[in-house]
Amino acid sequence: MKVLVPVKRVIDYNVKVRVKADGSGVDLANVKMSMNPFDEIAVEQAIRLREAGKADEIVAVSIGVKQAQETLRTALAMGADRAILIEATDDVQTDIEPLAVAKLLKAVIDAEQPGLVLAGKQAIDNDMNATGQMLSALLGWSQATYASELDIDGDSAIVTREVDGGLQTIKVSMPTIVTVDLRLNEPRYASLPNIMKAKRKPMDMKTAADYDVDISPRLEITATTEPSTRAAGIIVASVDELIEKLKDAGAI
Amino acid sequence: MQFGLTEEQQMITDTVRTFVEKEIYPHEALIEQTGEVPHELAQEIKQKTIDLGFYACNFPETVGCAGLNHLEFALVERELGRGSMALNHFFGRPQNILMACEGDQIDCYLMPAVRGERMDALAMTEPGAGSDIRGMKCTALREGGDWVVNGTKHFISGADHADFIIVFIATGEDQTPKGPKKRITAFLVDRGTPGFTIRDGYKSVSHRGYKNMVLEFDDCRLPDAQVLGEVDGGFAVMNTWLYATRITVATMSVGRARRVFDYALDYAAEREQFGQKIGKFQGISFQIADMITEIDAADLLTLAAANRLDAGLPANREIASAKLYASEMLSRVTDAAIQIHGGMGLMDDYPLERFWRDARVERIWDGTSEIQRHIISRELLRAMGA
Ligand SMILES: Cc1cc2nc3c(=O)[nH]c(=O)nc-3n(C[C@H](O)[C@H](O)[C@H](O)COP(=O)(O)OP(=O)(O)OC[C@H]3O[C@@H](n4cnc5c(N)ncnc54)[C@H](O)[C@@H]3O)c2cc1C
Repeated sequence: MKVLVPVKRVIDYNVKVRVKADGSGVDLANVKMSMNPFDEIAVEQAIRLREAGKADEIVAVSIGVKQAQETLRTALAMGADRAILIEATDDVQTDIEPLAVAKLLKAVIDAEQPGLVLAGKQAIDNDMNATGQMLSALLGWSQATYASELDIDGDSAIVTREVDGGLQTIKVSMPTIVTVDLRLNEPRYASLPNIMKAKRKPMDMKTAADYDVDISPRLEITATTEPSTRAAGIIVASVDELIEKLKDAGAI
Repeated sequence: MQFGLTEEQQMITDTVRTFVEKEIYPHEALIEQTGEVPHELAQEIKQKTIDLGFYACNFPETVGCAGLNHLEFALVERELGRGSMALNHFFGRPQNILMACEGDQIDCYLMPAVRGERMDALAMTEPGAGSDIRGMKCTALREGGDWVVNGTKHFISGADHADFIIVFIATGEDQTPKGPKKRITAFLVDRGTPGFTIRDGYKSVSHRGYKNMVLEFDDCRLPDAQVLGEVDGGFAVMNTWLYATRITVATMSVGRARRVFDYALDYAAEREQFGQKIGKFQGISFQIADMITEIDAADLLTLAAANRLDAGLPANREIASAKLYASEMLSRVTDAAIQIHGGMGLMDDYPLERFWRDARVERIWDGTSEIQRHIISRELLRAMGA
């Protein structure tokens, strides 16, 4: 079975995010970029499936700027077999919207015919949490989101989902789209031999135009603001005082 | 001229950085408190490094290692330099002088060392012979086909964890117009060899948990098979293999300085006095500007020296400049970082006092700053006949 893993280049989770002076978005110039952490988990899971003999090829796909090559190279160094880069913009500030990404992925999937798509549940930059679901609708495939456990059993996937009330286990028919959550696994480091091998693994360079997909934006960002800073707390001397303060604040 | 890193070099850097952040940083406070690295933790770090194929990555592919070039290895050590020396010791980088092993030594020392099965240390310094290595008193005398060694080495890093030690010992003396001159030989000495003791050394202000040990030889018998390189060829193996090790100090200083800088930058951007961020005061902001300028300069100097080695160019002076400048830069940067933090900089709530203490040794070991200046100036002046 072939597994397709979409990976997104996002601002590194350690970077302190700064809003641009004109409020048009987050400043990405000269900022460390990395693979979306949920996508790393997806790559790791694909590798584990291959190690368990349940997958035989892992294809990583990234859509965005040319620099997303580095993100794909990381996926290859972790263990993906080959990569496809779809250059869709040359501006690092431009975010390709979920619907456009889903349409491009559908085009790749039509050509590649994978048995499973493993995606992150969301990208940590815009937190859209939409691409996997949209892709499922476009393809007419089953979907299982927020996966914290995944097992492939013949023509079905058994997925444990992290839902508000607890854990839910569902069985979906293959081919399917699984979006992965934080607790599914702990991604490996790229080993030094694999880093050295990554360069020799194939990477297809495409552009959005190659797929004849309309990627023009449908959303308009009207403002981006810093989260409000938390007001300083106070230290109370006793439990009685705490209760009093909570009552004053209408909290109890 | 090419200043960028290749994709592989960037990935190597990122991987080691992440490793240090996830596997080293969380244990640093424990090492500071106890001054000891728990055995299981040491083994865990070592095993993870082996699994990642980074163990002994300074060794060539011919012995089953990654064969990183000098520049790539400098990038690895730059990231390691961010973390505790006591812990990153187990991200093993055996002395590449072991490539001088021959015959049975290959299976006994070289291969187990690069596989992480046996750990090494290297001993030159003695209580009476530091910068002046030739002044060493530790002597091996011929007796019935063997060598009998007597003397003391001190300040030997990592000897507490070492299974064997590469020891430089005087094996004779030549009379020269400038007076007597010691002949020196490198020996491979196993822990547990009769007449050889490894004992605790001094408590150092720098790098808690990265111990320096005292080695004592008391009529210790070593057969010829323990000679590394040629008899009386100690300086030859030293010059071939230890030439580049000063890059380690330079590049680790750069890595640590960047970590320290991030603390200083954050504090300057957050701490308020007189109703404004202290970073708004020119007295603070100019310090920030000077710090990053010096860090970048040291980084370039170091990578350029490593690059010269890879290009097969003479690099003795350039390595000395990098070691000198980067280690002195680290002292200035850690000092400024503490100044920016005010009193909190001295408290062990922040790791800054540790970085400040740790920085001090970099100007001393692997050749003091004065010795580096000596190397740099001698090379320039000797060519002028001075
Ligand atoms: C923590 C630690 C770990 C170490 N680990 C090891 C190890 O693993 N293996 C090992 O072999 N050694 C090790 N060393 C030894 C280290 O390399 C020496 O400390 C260093 O070479 C300096 O020698 P010294 O301390 O005897 O100082 P000295 O040589 O006595 O120097 C004293 C002062 O005189 C100055 N000086 C000396 N000669 C000159 C000159 N010609 N011109 C101008 N100034 C001069 C020096 O710069 C210094 O300021 C370690 C040292 C420390 C502190």
